[in-house]
Parts: sequence; C-alpha cells; structure tokens
Amino acid sequence: MSEMIKDNNREPQENLALDDGRRVKVLSPGMMVFKRFIRNRLAIVGICILIFMFLFSFLGGVISPYRQDQVFYKVDSANKEYAGAVVNTDYRFATVDGSPLSTMVRATFNSQVKGKPEESVTFTADGATYTAKKVDDGFWLITAGQDLGKVALLGKIVDVKAAEGKEISPALKEAAAAAAAAGQTAFELEGDAYTLTRDVGKSYRLSGMSEIALASLLNFDAPDPARAGLAADYTFRRNCETAMHRGEKAFEAGGETYTLNAVSENDAEVLDRSGAPVARVSNIIVNPVTSGVLLPPAYREAVTDAIANHQTAFEYVNPEGVTEKHTIQMRGNTYIISTVQQTYLIDMYAAPGPDHPLGTDDHGMDVLTRLMYGGRISLMVGFIVMILENIIGIIIGGVSGYFGGWVDTLLMRFVDLFNSIPYYPMMIIAGAIMDSFEVDPYLRLYMMMAIMGIMGWTGVARVVRGQILSLREQDFMVATEATGIRVSRRIFRHLVPNVMPLLIVQATMGLGSIILTEATLSFLGLGIKYPLASWGSIINSSSNIYVMTNCWYLWIPAGLLIVLTVLGFNFVGDGLRDAFDPRMKR
Amino acid sequence: MWKFIVRRIFLAVIIVILGSFIIYGVMRAMPTSFVESMARQRAAASATTGGPTYQEWLEQLNESYHMNTDILSGFFSWLGGVLRGDFGDSWKYGVPVTQKFGEVIWHSVILNCITLVLQVIICIPLGIQAARRQYSGFDYGITVFAMLCISLPTFFLATLLKYAFAIKLGWFDLYGLVGRYHEQLSQGAKILDIAHHMFLPVLTLAMLNIGGLTRYTRTNMLEVLNADYIRTARAKGLPERTVINRHAFRNTLIPLVSYMSYLIPSLFSGSMITETLYQIPGIGYISYDAMIAGDLPFTMFYSMFGLILTQISLMLADIMYAVVDPRVRVN
Repeated sequence: MSEMIKDNNREPQENLALDDGRRVKVLSPGMMVFKRFIRNRLAIVGICILIFMFLFSFLGGVISPYRQDQVFYKVDSANKEYAGAVVNTDYRFATVDGSPLSTMVRATFNSQVKGKPEESVTFTADGATYTAKKVDDGFWLITAGQDLGKVALLGKIVDVKAAEGKEISPALKEAAAAAAAAGQTAFELEGDAYTLTRDVGKSYRLSGMSEIALASLLNFDAPDPARAGLAADYTFRRNCETAMHRGEKAFEAGGETYTLNAVSENDAEVLDRSGAPVARVSNIIVNPVTSGVLLPPAYREAVTDAIANHQTAFEYVNPEGVTEKHTIQMRGNTYIISTVQQTYLIDMYAAPGPDHPLGTDDHGMDVLTRLMYGGRISLMVGFIVMILENIIGIIIGGVSGYFGGWVDTLLMRFVDLFNSIPYYPMMIIAGAIMDSFEVDPYLRLYMMMAIMGIMGWTGVARVVRGQILSLREQDFMVATEATGIRVSRRIFRHLVPNVMPLLIVQATMGLGSIILTEATLSFLGLGIKYPLASWGSIINSSSNIYVMTNCWYLWIPAGLLIVLTVLGFNFVGDGLRDAFDPRMKR
Repeated sequence: MWKFIVRRIFLAVIIVILGSFIIYGVMRAMPTSFVESMARQRAAASATTGGPTYQEWLEQLNESYHMNTDILSGFFSWLGGVLRGDFGDSWKYGVPVTQKFGEVIWHSVILNCITLVLQVIICIPLGIQAARRQYSGFDYGITVFAMLCISLPTFFLATLLKYAFAIKLGWFDLYGLVGRYHEQLSQGAKILDIAHHMFLPVLTLAMLNIGGLTRYTRTNMLEVLNADYIRTARAKGLPERTVINRHAFRNTLIPLVSYMSYLIPSLFSGSMITETLYQIPGIGYISYDAMIAGDLPFTMFYSMFGLILTQISLMLADIMYAVVDPRVRVN
C-alpha cells in the first residue's frame, strides 16, 4: 500500500520549469470551445440525437427497399355479390315471324291477362283485334285477325286464293267456300273463328284468327352459343312449352324429336335424340350483378338447379376448372348469389408488420420510408432557410452596423417593418396563393423556403448590427482602416467572423424553430405537398379522427422525430453557447 | 422621455401602415379570390332562372367590394375607411368585422390569461429551485423538461393530449368551447362547461410556454445568486429563506416584470394553431378560417391588429426597461 503511494508521488518530483511545454498546455481557442462543449452532457446527447436523425434520414432512404411514393397493394378476398336470380313474373313474348311484338300489344296483353281466370281474352290494340288463349298458367298463345286470302264467287264456282305468304288448308278452303256460298259472314272451324267481308262485287276477303305469338313466363337458355338459334326458334319453343305444360315427356319440332327431363314444375332440361342437352327451360332468370360480366350457361344452370332444389349453397366448376363456392340468399323476390372473390386493393392503414415496420398510410405508402424521406426534407428546409436567413441578415446587419447614420436608420426601420408583419398570417396567405396557382410540389418547396428565409432574417440582422456597433470601435478596426483594407473586406473578413460564435449559437437554436415552423405549416396543409413528404405533413393525417384513434403508428413516430430533432438542436445550441462564452449563463 | 415616446409612436404608425399595405398587396395577388368563387356560386344559382352571368356577377361584386380598383387606390380606400373606424363587413361571416372581433376576442383573452397565470405559478418556483440547486439532478431535470416543452410542436402536443384525454380516457370533448347541451344548462353549469372545455387548450398553451419562462427565471436567478450582495447576506448569517425570498427573488423580479410586460399585448393576439386545433372560437381560429377563405376585410383587420400589438409590446418593453431599471437611459 505505502509502496504504491510512494510510486505515485515520485513523478511530480521531477523538476519542470514553469514555462515547460509539458507543464503548461496551451489550447487554441477553438480547442477550448471544443473541450468545454464535449464536457456538456446534454450537448453530447443532442449531438447523438442529431447524428441519429441524419443517418436515419439520409442513409435510411438509401437502405430502405421502398421508394418514397411506392404504393402498396394487397389481395383481399371478400364475399361479394356475384349474380342475382329472380323467379320470372313478367311475360316474355316470342312471335312466329321473329319480329318483335309492339309495345302497345304487350302492354294491353299484360293488363288484360293480369288476375283473370278466363281461358281466353280478347283485346284490341293498335287497331287490330287479338285473342289470347290460355294453355296453362303462365303460358298463352296469342292469335290475331289476319288476311288469309280472297274468296271469289263466280256462279257456282268458288275460287279461294291464298294471300301472299299464307297457306290455306284444304279443310279451310272447303269451309270458306261453303260459307261464302251460303252467304254467311262468319264461320268456325276446329274452334277457330273466321270472317268473310265483302270486298267488291262477289268477292270476299277471308280473314282468320291465326297464331302470331306466345307469351310465357319461362326462359329458354342454350347450353352453348351454337344452340342459341334453336332456343329462339318459335316452333321449338311453342311445342316444348306445350309439352311441358301438358306434362308430356317428349315433343317434336322441325322434324326432330326431343325429350324433356323435368327438374321441377317450371323447370326442365331439353335433350335431343342423342341425349345431349339443347336447352334449359326455367322460370328463373339469372343476371350478373355487375354489367359487362357474361355468365356462362353452365353457371346459370347451376344456379337454377340449386334454386329448384332449395339449396342455400352450391359449388360450381368455372371454365378454368376451379371449384367456386357460391351461397344463395333470399332477399325479397330475388335470390342473391354471392361468392368469395379476390380483389386487388391499395393497402391503406396497414398495421405494423414485418413488411412495413410502421404500417402504411392513407395512400398505401410505407410510413417508415416516408419518415426517412420526410426527414430529408425537414432537415434540408431547416438548413437552407437558416443559411438564407443568415446571408440576408449578415449583409444587411453588417452594412447597417458598419456605416451607421442614415443607412443604419433606414435599414433598421426596414428590419422593424419585416419584424412586425404577422408571421403565420403571411405564411397562410402565401400557402393559399400557391394552392390556387396549383404550384408543382417541388417548386412549392423552394418557394416556401424562400418565403421563410425572407420572413426570418431580421433576428440575424439585429444581432450582427448590435455586435458590429461595438466591435467597430475597437483597436483592430482602427488598424484595418490604417492599413487601407477596403470596406467590404473590413466588414466581411474582420467584423463578421467576430460575430460568428454568437451567430452559430443562434443558428443552431433557430434550426429547431424553423423545423417546427415548417412542420406546423405542413400540418396545416400549407407547406409540403404530396407526393413529397415532411414530418409535419405525415402528422397531418391525424386530423382524421379515425387515423388519430386507430393508427397511432401513422402520427406518433413522426411527432417524436420532430420533438427529438428540435430537442437535439436546442441541446447542441445550448452547449455551444456555454462553450463559446462560459460567462453567458444558461 | 416624452420626445422618445412620441417619436416611437410616429414610427409605429408608419410601420403599421406599411405592414398593412404589404399584406393587402399579397392578399390582392391571390388569383382566385373570395369574390370570384362567390360570383361563380351566384352565377350557378341564377343560371336556371336566366339571371346575371358569371361575368356580370363578378363586376357587380367587385364593385360592391371595392375590388375593381388597382391595389394602391384599393388600399387607400380601405385605409380611409379604417381612419373613420370602418373596417368593413367580413365576407365570410357577413357581419361587420369589428362586431365579429368583439364576439370572439374574449375567448382568446380568457384562454391566454388563464395560461399566463398558470405559467407564472409553475415557472417561477421551478426556475428559482433549479437555480438554487445548479447542476443538481433536479436542475438537469428542469432543463431537459423546459427544453422538451420548447421543442414540442403545438399540433403534436395537442393531438397527443386529445388522444390521451379525449379519446382514450374520454374525460374531455375533442373540439369546441361548449358541450352539446350547453344551452339547457344553468348559469353556473354553463361556466363549468366552458371551463371543462378550456382545460386541454390551457394545458397545451401552458406546456408550450413553460419552457421559456422557466429558463428565463433560472438564468436571471443564477445571475443574482452570484452577485456580491447575496454573498454578503449569507455572510451576515441571514437564514437561507430570507436570502432567497427577500434579497435574491426581488432582484430577479426586474427582468421578469419587463418580460411579462412584453407578454401582455400577446394576450390579445390569440393563439392561432391551438385555437384551430381545439376549434375554440377565439380570434386565432376565426381569423384562420377567414384567411383560408380569402376574406380580405377580416384578414386585413387581423393583420393590422397584430401589427399594432407588436408595436405596443415593443414600446412597452422599451419603456418598462427604463421604468424598472432607472440606470437605463433612453436615447
């Protein structure tokens, strides 16, 4: 123990001269400042914060795998309405000659038929008489008076001429001839009524009620487009429906025999001789929910089957061979068929996860990446505005302080004027002006920095002027005058550097408040605009209550970054002030 | 002294007029003015009845709002009105500017007064304690806290408070000065309702301002505590309480009072961001809305009001400095 103390005491005993270099260590003023600065714990904390922020913003953007305006999408599966099916209650019409039935006729038919139990209804529309005969519930055949031909009486010979395109059966010919000979104006044959109207002399016009159309609640669907012609064929439809309503199992049309495979009362499948399906007859109409979607016949059939069998869900193999599950819901008279569909969505407000450590924002962009790029802008705005303020402030303050007199008075009143213009109103008006000009976001950024610089230089000018006023009376300035150094050099090489320490302190503290101002303006939507980001504009999303309540990761990190950065600048500024002039107390 | 004050007032008037002119010029530079959007609305409304077209409306409105002149004569006609005490009608609110101002200014003043009192009660003891225990853990804590308050952006603090107290805890409403059933309440309950709604804005403003005053108090207290007369007071055996309260604190009051006098005019200026965030219908929020809408008379009034307040507080600072400390000579 004592040995050690002796050892320790030995060193100072070495004789050193008072001015020995090892004894008095002279530090340069810069070194002194640096030493005092790094002894300040808060300042070191501030420096660490700032280094982190710079790395985060300027390096982070490089490291981040995403671009700042990269929009993310997600695939979402949602149960979506796919098709609707209704039990048909509207009559569908088909005509013998394929031409559409006039609206008037259809409307009159609908109103006459509605709720009437009669087997036959006669009505007039468009000046013609029509008779509708009920075959079964929901199936009517419509006949109309038509010119069939001419009957001419030449003594005992009766000549019956068919009108163009018409055919008169021999039985009708005979009956018409007999009626004409007997002088009758109306006769009946096989339950159909015919009339004879006198034309000229002894010639009569034969008109008869012939079938022109059918009205049915059933819907014909072809299983594939090649068979569509058959489903639209009148004879086929008529015979098929007649057979269906009579409960027959087979019918004939166009020389072919078809078989009916009934699924339910109003639902049947039509097969041809080889057993291949040629049509589906049903009173259920299936329509896609969104227009532009073509439902394949197989799908319609699957829906019809499911409804006929009172199923609430069915499976359908789509043309790509994938089995889809569909569910059926009854809503009013409509069956709603929904299925799980894959949709491609912008991934908005995604919660933090491995892909996006801080989630995504309202544009579906990665928040962490935007924070990094936003940091670049926030820090850049801070530095550029600070430099701008200092350039203007040093020039005006330097000139004003050095020359004094009327130059000083004029410039200082100018400073007073700028100083008293309300800052926020000015910035808000400027922001509104840029809004209405729809300035490009990048140009807007530069304009904003310029305006902030122009509005903020007065403080610097005052400090510089005040310092120079006292400095210019000092001996070294007399010396510069004596040696004949020119004025601009005297101001900017000899006076301004002496003000620098104070300016550096002020600038560091000012950086924080510039960043705050920029953030506030961006928060109000008057600063940085999309697609550019700044920390303030990122927090702007929190003005939406939904975001504020549910998406903390959108606005709290940005706010913390602002607070930490400004705190860092304030700590460093404070530390610098203490280091430059220890007498200036905090 | 009087000569100085008169000269200062003369200068202030010139600055107020020039400042107003700059704001007026900038306002007039807005391409889509309030008048144009109004004309567009009215033209759309009267289009079906065959009323005046957009161009006719624009001319008519421009004339009634004195917008058909160039900037210089427009400004002087505005200034002429101001000198006769006529600030015109607010375009956005449709009532005379001064009437709207009278309705809302007291909200701001009350808000700021409560904040100022709170600030003084909190900051001065904290600053004194921090100075007494310089470089202690407490001092560091206060310094960091004060710095943090200075560094907090208003909007972030307000959003955080709203998130914590209004959404998570549900103690306060998110917005507004009065609750939903304000009109049905009795007189006393009405006041309580307003107080309840003012809590968060006051807390926000107080926290933002605490930093500055605490540090200012601490700095000045430190200066005083290092003075020779404090050492003398201690040396002659006075109890520490007396030294701090009677000798040190009284001397700290000088800069504090001048600092406060500088704050008084700002009581009237409102706090635009805080009021807007909490939608307190004070002068700040109302003016913000007017500015966004391009309401020229109201913006001009608010800007001129701000200019005058700044000039008054600068003058007060100069005068108070001389009054509080007779060693300062005005030149």
